[in-house]
Amino acid sequence: MADLGGADGPAFRVQVRDWLKANYPPELRDPARTDPEAVWGGRAFVGSDDPQSVWMRRAAERGFTAPAWPRDYGGGGLSPAQTRIVEQEIAAGGYRTPLASFGVWMLGPVLLEYATEDQRREHLPKIVRGEIRWCQGYSEPGAGSDLAALATRCEDMGDHWLINGQKIWTSYADKADWCFCLVRTDTAKKHEGVSFVLIDMTSPGVETRPIRLISGDSPFCETFFTDVKIPKGNLVGKVNAGWEIAKRLLQYERQNISGGFGGGGGAGGIAGDLGKIAADYVGLDETGRLADADLRSRITRNKMDFRALQQTIARVAAESRASNGPNAATSIIKYAAAAMAQERSELMVEAMGAQGLGWAGDEYSPLERQAVRGWLRSKGNSIEGGTSEVNLNVIAKRVLGLPDPK
Amino acid sequence: MAVLSEEQSMLRDAAKAWTQEKSPVRALRGLRDSRSDHGYDTEAWNEMAQMGWAGVIVPEAYGGSEFGFLSMGLILEELGRTLTASPLLASGLAAASALTLGGSEAQKAEWLPKIADGSTIATLAIDDGPHHAPERTALAATASGDGYRLNGRKTFVLEGMAADLLVVSARGPKGIGLFLVRADAAGVNRTRLQLADSRGAANVTFEETPAQALAGGAGLLDQVLDRARAGVAAEMLGSASQAFETTLDYLKVRVQFGQPIGAFQALQHRAAKMFTDLELSRSAVEAALAALDVDSPEAPELVSLAKAKMGDTFHLVSNEMVQMHGGIGMTDAHEAGFYLKRARAAEAAFGNQAYHRDRYARLQGY
Repeated sequence: MADLGGADGPAFRVQVRDWLKANYPPELRDPARTDPEAVWGGRAFVGSDDPQSVWMRRAAERGFTAPAWPRDYGGGGLSPAQTRIVEQEIAAGGYRTPLASFGVWMLGPVLLEYATEDQRREHLPKIVRGEIRWCQGYSEPGAGSDLAALATRCEDMGDHWLINGQKIWTSYADKADWCFCLVRTDTAKKHEGVSFVLIDMTSPGVETRPIRLISGDSPFCETFFTDVKIPKGNLVGKVNAGWEIAKRLLQYERQNISGGFGGGGGAGGIAGDLGKIAADYVGLDETGRLADADLRSRITRNKMDFRALQQTIARVAAESRASNGPNAATSIIKYAAAAMAQERSELMVEAMGAQGLGWAGDEYSPLERQAVRGWLRSKGNSIEGGTSEVNLNVIAKRVLGLPDPK
Repeated sequence: MAVLSEEQSMLRDAAKAWTQEKSPVRALRGLRDSRSDHGYDTEAWNEMAQMGWAGVIVPEAYGGSEFGFLSMGLILEELGRTLTASPLLASGLAAASALTLGGSEAQKAEWLPKIADGSTIATLAIDDGPHHAPERTALAATASGDGYRLNGRKTFVLEGMAADLLVVSARGPKGIGLFLVRADAAGVNRTRLQLADSRGAANVTFEETPAQALAGGAGLLDQVLDRARAGVAAEMLGSASQAFETTLDYLKVRVQFGQPIGAFQALQHRAAKMFTDLELSRSAVEAALAALDVDSPEAPELVSLAKAKMGDTFHLVSNEMVQMHGGIGMTDAHEAGFYLKRARAAEAAFGNQAYHRDRYARLQGY
């Protein structure tokens, strides 16, 4: 691997650009010729000659699947500035992300901070190379916004841990190889009774069931653990000290969800300029304005809000680089993005009129069907990854310093 | 807060220190109660001018410091925090922009140095009627000798009583343009407006009034208005931020039912939503000012975004300021009413939210 340390200027950018051009499989320019699931990696794709898998392997060798992680664990060892350059060049060139991974986005950063050296050497390189696909075992039927109410038991059996319980909203549990999971190791305490464990999904006693949503099929699953045995070495950090790790991981998750919103989507969102799509369906009047004045005004508010959100994301990034400190504006992004994405999805189906009500069939274009499913799916934006109500509580208490009620 | 240069940080700190000490909200109350002619404190204005604020966007060749719009915005934001009344926006930003962008060499040399040192007050006269519609102005400019004659009326002219020089939009032989009029010229008649926000403004009529044209027509008018709009938005950002912070402080100290009312989730969520809107608005305002500094082709869109978003936010925050203060917020003795009244006047200045949403949509082709 070429030395990537040092320069973070134009020379590095050119180096990255040339490498991307030379190594991106031409087949990926035609999405039909590759399995979209391969972008997530995992045992099902390791060693396959699917173009996406080839792309993932090449990027991993170059350190571009986890550019900021230390090289000791297979990362790129790049500075924040260099990492940004890599991300910018991948986006600007229209390249597919080499690896979409909860391991890269969520688990890896907390392993770097809390795991033992053995655990890091065991898991991080496999994440970087996309060999193991991870899922997140957090929510339970009785523990949603009040996550620390989780009840999945983890008992010390001397030479192993024994897991019994149920998780829900486990994205891609049916496709994942391993699960990072919150479990209860002490039933007498709440937050201080939670531990953070790693579970091989092929262990006997693990069962997954996909969940159908109001929008149709979904990546979400229910995950059941019945007398699942895991080795003692699969607990991260100390016993009963998992809540801190859980919270840190949620910070990475929220950053990641918000980052996705910046482009105008959010889960369920469809691409395209709302103003132009509305013009296609509603038409313009003799002054060149959208013929539905009320809809036009609401679309404009939403477009303005999204642009202000993108400006805020850019501002937070610039301020964080300048000060290296936490930034109060970060706290608003998830809440604001969810509200805007939902409003946008509503406006999209309203603009399409009766064509924005189609569920299936050839009378509706793919965009129209997608708009309907997207509108329904977007209802989850203000629920997943922390509800909007919890987001507002966090802003009120931690940022604005408002007191707890008596 | 945008990432600032060292000079910009110093400028902001100086503006903050000066406004907090010399121009708290009670200064505006004093101006209102004394029924001041100009609507601002001339001594305070002299101090501001001595600090160079009136010349922040004026080119160095004409006595300014050419620090740019983001820098001017920092000062206006601090003035907005304490609702400081001054001709800085009308003269040092709006009229100075008109002369810098559209003035001949002679016009610039005559006026800009005096605007930059604060000795001349200049202002824009744009609106014919109660709604901002610059593209529909009916005030007539007819050619006369080597200049023009103006006939018609303008309303809601900021600092209209104090101004020495008026920059007037009018419909001339070649379409809409901007014209320079001395306030003491023949046929100028000014009436002081008593506005709810206590700031200085006037209605002005023109009868065969001699005027000189600025170069640039409707394009110049648009550019000048965008600079004024971004400036108002920056001032509103300061006012709304302070209104919010004052309200937040009150939520922490006002006790009912045996606890601070800020412990109630119904109020906490409303406070968190206001904070969200303020952060979004700050981004929009700073982006608009930065776009003007680099003369970005996106500036018109970004300015309309900033003025509309900031208008909605200040509207909300000023209403909530009164509501969350309860009865005390309804009294004239409290500051809340001053922020509420200023909010509506600032929203209306150079186009309200509806105007700028319509403009944004037009610019985007739908």
